[in-house]
Amino acid sequence: MKKSKLLGLAAVAVAATVALAGCSSGSSSNGSGSGSGSGTSAAACKASSGKVTLNFTTWVPNMDKVVALWNKENPDIQVKVSIVANGNSGTYQNFFNQLKAGNAPDIGQVEYDTLPAFRVQDGLADIGSCSGISKAKSDFSDGLWNQVTFGEGKSVYAVPQDSGPMALYYRKDLFKAAGIPVPTTWAEYADAAVKIKAKGGNITNFAKGDVNQFAGLVSQAGGQWFNTDNGTWDVNMTSGASKKVADYWQDLISKKLVNTLPSFTDQWNNAYNTGQDWTWVSAVWGANTISSGAPKTSGDWAVAPMPQWNAGDNAAAAWGGSSNVVFKGSKHPAEASKFLIWLNTSTEALSALNKEANLYPASSTGADLPALTSGVEFYGNQAIYKEFATAAENIKPFTWGPTMTQTYSDVSDGFGSAISGNGTLLDALKSGQTKTIAALKAQSIAVK
Amino acid sequence: MSRSAAMIIMGVFTLYFLIPIFWLLVSSTKTLDNFNSSFSLWFTATSLQDGIANVGRLFTYNDGIFPRWMLNSIVYATVAGGLGTILSAMCGYALAKYRFWGREALFNIFLGGVLVPATALALPLFLIFSKVQLTDSFWAVFLPSIVSPFGVYLSRIYAASSVPDEIIEAARIDGSGEVRTFFTVAIRLMSPALVTVFLFQFVAIWNNFFLPLVMLRTQTLFPVTLGLYTWNSNVSQYPELRTLVLVGAFVSIIPLLVAFLSLQRFWRSGLGAGGLK
Repeated sequence: MKKSKLLGLAAVAVAATVALAGCSSGSSSNGSGSGSGSGTSAAACKASSGKVTLNFTTWVPNMDKVVALWNKENPDIQVKVSIVANGNSGTYQNFFNQLKAGNAPDIGQVEYDTLPAFRVQDGLADIGSCSGISKAKSDFSDGLWNQVTFGEGKSVYAVPQDSGPMALYYRKDLFKAAGIPVPTTWAEYADAAVKIKAKGGNITNFAKGDVNQFAGLVSQAGGQWFNTDNGTWDVNMTSGASKKVADYWQDLISKKLVNTLPSFTDQWNNAYNTGQDWTWVSAVWGANTISSGAPKTSGDWAVAPMPQWNAGDNAAAAWGGSSNVVFKGSKHPAEASKFLIWLNTSTEALSALNKEANLYPASSTGADLPALTSGVEFYGNQAIYKEFATAAENIKPFTWGPTMTQTYSDVSDGFGSAISGNGTLLDALKSGQTKTIAALKAQSIAVK
Repeated sequence: MSRSAAMIIMGVFTLYFLIPIFWLLVSSTKTLDNFNSSFSLWFTATSLQDGIANVGRLFTYNDGIFPRWMLNSIVYATVAGGLGTILSAMCGYALAKYRFWGREALFNIFLGGVLVPATALALPLFLIFSKVQLTDSFWAVFLPSIVSPFGVYLSRIYAASSVPDEIIEAARIDGSGEVRTFFTVAIRLMSPALVTVFLFQFVAIWNNFFLPLVMLRTQTLFPVTLGLYTWNSNVSQYPELRTLVLVGAFVSIIPLLVAFLSLQRFWRSGLGAGGLK
């Protein structure tokens, strides 16, 4: 097992004082491969000469159509797109295999919560010194930018593509007919849950599989699960905020005030389609999920900010979203960066991504796209994306761990038990924490 | 047990096996809206036109990628299956009819190969193919697919019992070479078993999903299983893909039905053949 590069972060201060000598010209993305942002020289990201072909592996549908726009304009930097299965459905594992075999694509799609896993395995090229990258920083909120830099000085390991700011989707018509005010705080939300139950519905659905949604709720409450000061991971999934959120939802589950179907299934869709479930605290991409899963309810939905822990606050969170990385071993980091800046910050590409793949752009340039400022019919002509743009500005930053797939699956098992009445959500987090620490140790990653 | 009781038990099991397929057929003829809301085991009023529209969308979506996947699966399964069957037959015949040093040891290794799941071999194969730069190519799926230890095992057993040594001797006396004897005489006698081997191979390759998942990233090389899986993996964010997955799954079982129904008669003639000796 290779010792994690992050262990070397403590040495960054020392390394920074040593000039990097002999940084070879762009033969590899990182010259000497110093995996930390210690003033990498510009030579580390030199342009290649002649015509370049970049391989780009992603699961975003119709990405090929968006890239075709670029290929038409840039005959010297041609991008070949491979559309594969979703990251956690095998593609991440394939990336790791390909990195091991030395045939990874130049560019890949990686969700924010999985970036640290690739970073810890030293699979990402540092594109911080590539031209235009540092300038692109101003296009993204600090919280998002931090997701792709891990706070490592000048290093940048990915360019944010889409983001998943969260808000409250609710059945406007049902709330109105029942005379229940739209909840603005979590306390009001719990009260509304009781009233809705009396009407024979459920305020929402708590799915055991959506641990990343739960992490968003924790981050909104100001909590963190992971911390990597000075290169050692600190895992704490049962701190004040985590406990508060877990106890809150445990209470709703114990009182049988929420539905507990597995999410994104037919029964789950049906519960929304038939008006059984009234709200969903979800990300911007959820708009599409509801409109296609619950077509009978067209026009009855609206979007409001997430309920708050303290009245008058405006804290939001993120669920999902992904970035584009340049894999270590790519021979053309400069060209790849140039393409990624176009793909993720130009109006042309962002509107194509929004139109073809329904992506909500992470870049602030994207918030002004006509499609994202006009009313949406399914949501009673409310300009819902404006709500999400506001939420995006208020996302509380959250640090992801390097073994999120394992963490999700362990916590999800515990959530499943809690839903069926064995143990609580807090127990699930406790055992998730224990198992995560064990997993980090098994990978020789320094952990407290 | 009375005849009617036997019929009832068989009927129940028939239903048990057919209901999922019937559900798939019914679901293929629904819009996403109806799929989420109507009774799942019966058609809706607009099933006919919705079903036709769904199939149309399936074949045109993403510049007609689905027919391409079907074609890939058919090529992988028939060509690699056919080649694999011939290789298995030659190997099994040789193990059954020739005496050479290490024969039993070799056969036992093949037998061990039957016990190794294909899934466990995918990753080592990926690393081997990476060394010769053949990953993400047609060969990455085709070459491993022509190997079938189970086919060798079956061929050997069958060659031993159905190809009499006297016939081979007679062919030799008539001046036929070993290869010619195999292709003109032995293969005919072994044909019922070979149909079985071919069907097993065909189904195994058709359903083999993990190897292509690990090997391929170019969509135009995908077999239909991997293609549908790719769509299905994005259903939560792109729900409109769900109908395509359902219709695609239904369309993709049709070639298997055709293969089984058309090869069935060869099977039957083979199964009874052993009972007359």
